[in-house]
Amino acid sequence: MTPAPSEPPSLQETAAATTAVPSEVIPLTPELLISQLLRGGVLLSLSLVICGMVMTFFRHPDYFSSPDALQRLTSPDSAPHRLPDVFEGVMAVRGQSFVMAGLLVMITVPVLRVALSLGIFRAQKDRTFAAITTSVLALLLLAFLLGGVE
Amino acid sequence: MAAALDATPFNFVAIVLCVSFGAGLLGSLLGLGGGLILIPVLTLALKVDIRYAVGASIVSVIATSSGAAAAYVRDGLANMRVAMFLELATVAGAVTGAMLAGVVGGRALYFLFGAVMAYSALAMLRKLREDGSPREEPPPNALADRLGLHGSYYDVSTGGEVAYRVHRPLAGLGLMYIAGTVSGLLGIGSGALKVPAMDLAMGLPIKVSTATSNFMIGVTAAASAGIYFARGDIDPFIAGPVCVGVTLGAFAGSRYMTKLKSGSLRRLFVAVLLWVSYEMLSKGIHG
Repeated sequence: MTPAPSEPPSLQETAAATTAVPSEVIPLTPELLISQLLRGGVLLSLSLVICGMVMTFFRHPDYFSSPDALQRLTSPDSAPHRLPDVFEGVMAVRGQSFVMAGLLVMITVPVLRVALSLGIFRAQKDRTFAAITTSVLALLLLAFLLGGVE
Repeated sequence: MAAALDATPFNFVAIVLCVSFGAGLLGSLLGLGGGLILIPVLTLALKVDIRYAVGASIVSVIATSSGAAAAYVRDGLANMRVAMFLELATVAGAVTGAMLAGVVGGRALYFLFGAVMAYSALAMLRKLREDGSPREEPPPNALADRLGLHGSYYDVSTGGEVAYRVHRPLAGLGLMYIAGTVSGLLGIGSGALKVPAMDLAMGLPIKVSTATSNFMIGVTAAASAGIYFARGDIDPFIAGPVCVGVTLGAFAGSRYMTKLKSGSLRRLFVAVLLWVSYEMLSKGIHG
């Protein structure tokens, strides 16, 4: 026996379904908030990296043929490794700077996650964990500062 | 010079993309990080300088761990309080490791990498043998009580909520400092060190240990990645394709394939890992 084809929902039913959606929105739990931040951050970073890679090859057709270019590209100090350099490169629509900006977004995602957790613990009035989270955040910032000094 | 391969830049990027995709795929199938597989391929086969390989790997570690953690956190498997508490130690360790990496030479890095790799391979073998042995109830711990580290998770296989208690938080903290240092030095997630620290020392269920380890790895790696970036060890020409490849590979592995459970395949892989770790060790000894 073949199942009866289901009738398309009437206009009224569709309207009811769309208006019902906002009330059925899943409440934003801390877990969900953090999950969304992680996913969004990774997606943004990967898009930047892929855009940058495509741009690089568009701007430099010789990269398809010349083996010498590889040595130049991967030699130390060819890549921007200071924040102002990366920013300048992005403004100049340089492919490698876009890749670097994407990688920096990736590095920032976990830091933002810790910052978000700090906000959540404070909202929950959990003073011990707010203190622990602040220390983790401070250690992370110290790491970035130490790297810059070296 | 970071890469001593005779290829056009396009070919190089294409090769790195494919290799990274494979490493991410294999890593997710075996439950290892991509870095453990990626770094030997980049250094031994593609002749990339180990410091650039480590710099590229550490960023891809953030990508895969954040991607996996997004799902684990949503499903309530990762214990975020335990994670934040232990991150105190892993981040401090990561800073130590990344600073040390600037001081110790390439040969020491090869040697250490070989040793950690051999250990991870053997740990995998051990996991294969003992499967789900019942554990005794841990003694109560005042610090774990005060910090409210205990938790529960929903077990899909039994369909019930499983409550668990945490013990020995300070021992966990100490082991995590070591795991963080190794991670910062070698640019790997070092989940092979983090999971036993939670599972064996702190008495967390293995599922929670794995999920929480994934959740923590991103923050640990970010700490050392910041230092690698400032030092100029993250080369976008290598790290870009590595990051994209590993992430896509890991995603494909977790989405379209079931985890490798077959004992003989795993044993074969352990043998390969041991052989690679021997290669890395000998490169560390003979230069």
